Amino acid sequence: MSTETKDQAAQAKQDLFAHAKAPINQKLTAEQKIKLYTDMVRIRKFEQAALQSYQKGKMGGFLHLYIGQEATAIGTISLTEENDHIITAYRDHGHALAVGMTMNECMAELFGKFTGCSKGKGGSMHYFAPEKRYWGGHGIVGGQTPLGLGIAYALKYRGLKGCCLCYLGDGAINQGAFHESLNLASLWSIPVIYIIENNRYSMGTSQARSSAYPEAGLASRAEGYNMEWDRIDGSNLYEIRAKVHVAMERARNESRPMILEIDTYRYYGHSIADANHKKYRTKEEIEDYQNNKDPISVYQQILVAEGVLDEDKIKDIDSAAKEEAKASVDFAENSPYPPAQELLTDVYWTTDNPGQHSNQGRMFFNDRLPWDDEYQA
Amino acid sequence: MAVITYRQAIKDALAEEIMRDENVFVMGEEVAQYNGAYKVTEGLWARFGDKRLVDAPISEAGFIGLGIGSAMMGLRPVIEMMFFSFVYVAWDQAVNNASSLRYMSGGKINVPLVIRGPANGGTNVGATHSHTPENLVANFPGLKVVCPATPADAKGLMKAAIRDNDPVFVMESTVLYGMEGEVPDDEDFIVPLGKADVKREGKDLTIVAHGRSVLMALEAAKELSEKHKIEVEVVDLRSIRPLDEETIIKSVKKTGRALLVEENKPYCGIGAQISHLIQRRCFDYLDAPVHRISAVDAPAFYSPPVEKVQLPEAPIIIREALDMLNVKR
Repeated sequence: MSTETKDQAAQAKQDLFAHAKAPINQKLTAEQKIKLYTDMVRIRKFEQAALQSYQKGKMGGFLHLYIGQEATAIGTISLTEENDHIITAYRDHGHALAVGMTMNECMAELFGKFTGCSKGKGGSMHYFAPEKRYWGGHGIVGGQTPLGLGIAYALKYRGLKGCCLCYLGDGAINQGAFHESLNLASLWSIPVIYIIENNRYSMGTSQARSSAYPEAGLASRAEGYNMEWDRIDGSNLYEIRAKVHVAMERARNESRPMILEIDTYRYYGHSIADANHKKYRTKEEIEDYQNNKDPISVYQQILVAEGVLDEDKIKDIDSAAKEEAKASVDFAENSPYPPAQELLTDVYWTTDNPGQHSNQGRMFFNDRLPWDDEYQA
Repeated sequence: MAVITYRQAIKDALAEEIMRDENVFVMGEEVAQYNGAYKVTEGLWARFGDKRLVDAPISEAGFIGLGIGSAMMGLRPVIEMMFFSFVYVAWDQAVNNASSLRYMSGGKINVPLVIRGPANGGTNVGATHSHTPENLVANFPGLKVVCPATPADAKGLMKAAIRDNDPVFVMESTVLYGMEGEVPDDEDFIVPLGKADVKREGKDLTIVAHGRSVLMALEAAKELSEKHKIEVEVVDLRSIRPLDEETIIKSVKKTGRALLVEENKPYCGIGAQISHLIQRRCFDYLDAPVHRISAVDAPAFYSPPVEKVQLPEAPIIIREALDMLNVKR
């Protein structure tokens, strides 16, 4: 390690503890601190188990792993209250577990099983738990940004004091829908907080090659819309909580939108489709983050220094999370696939609720259905 | 029953539903203070204020997406497209989000949203503003599409759409806004989605149409009766999805002949779907091949006399009907 990087490391370390003094973090009990740590470890173990299962050919489609970004989901969602809502993009497993969805329902969804959170109809990119105020899980880059605006709009319409955390990746900031959302959010003072999880690459294209003026910070686009913005170190759970808490209080009390850019990193590719993610970034770059900025290691360090965690406890948490993830794989493995008839449910409320509503005319235009006897013969 | 315009009928539907349900609001470009580009919402802002009538900037993806997000939360937004051609700007929101969210969430999320506004050609505004996207929208399971042709249907279908728990596109016809007709005063008058209407009874030939084409069909039917003693039955689909297949089949079995009229372009048009239905369910009853009249398959023409030729007008319908019945013109 050069002197310069040593100095930087020392500086970073100092910052870690600085944010421990933020009121929102000072309020944390030892038990709560351990829970935050445990929840991050659970996300990582879940993702590792998912990756292994994918490699064994247990699931189809894409798999966008969250490993390396855990502090963002846990740090932000741990701050939510009863009128706060959450919506995210396709890298959604971390947020899903953070809101309290079970590993079982999440893993089963990846396996395409009927016990999955979306009955096997959504897959990796489309987890939903509206009862937990978690609105997904959206597959089109930036497509969820006006939905997050609409969720927050509904809060304001009903006079509820809350906000919507709308997550997006750094690639989404160049989508038109996002800019339309920013204009409307600021114009109408909607309590939506856009959280850019900046992991530096939009798929395989680095920021330098995809976004104009990246050195200003992606969140600085807020200025053009008269919105506040901030940049946060995504490896530091305390910093995330300290700064996001301020933004959320502002949104709740003043109904103003904000953009927060959380600098983070993903260890794997954009998805399983670019498993060979080393083509567009160096081994050194990845290792540097893993060794110096890993959000779980960083928080572990803090908690050990605070005397909250010790070696034994760390091992226990690790193995319990591993066990839970393994059990979710078994659960998914042993769950049934959805019956083919599920193709035609959940398309329309109307057809799922016959008799409760005027339900006339033909809704689906299949001449024959694959499960009809006629077709089988 | 009062005689009011198609425009007034839609306005009454909006006003009644705004009063009935506090979750209903109308959002779109120029809908509030400007009173609506086509004056459909005239006076509603003065009556109901900023919360229920919301002027949006020109950003369709933004405010259709906002509508979907708020509908997920249980509001019932009515989003106006100043022209339906602009829905393409927000196609991602309309089809990736509105049509799919219930499905991909395994039934956990509903989107009780209405997207409404003027569609169709006939107003000489060129290719970008004259689209008839009902066949495209109807292609997406999860979406419903209705096309009212009379003031009564406009009011009844609009109210049904607002009360519906699924996303509904209500495609009004620009050229019909000034048309007058009898409309029931009952505040709970609705026209159920998915129910076609026989607008004229006949025995010799069935014309299936929707939107403005219904009026062309009725005009043609009148002349065919008066000049040629041919009695045409006119079936107004009203609803494209869900589709009332039974009413079509019943009529074609009675008359033995089907002429399908639409302002859509022919390729992958609604007539193709109905034609398929008829060959499958009425083949033995047909006395002539199914005929179709659609818009001429080209982008919308600007020059007024040529656009008139491009769209299905009564004389073309009359000519086609006479051919089908082997009557000398």
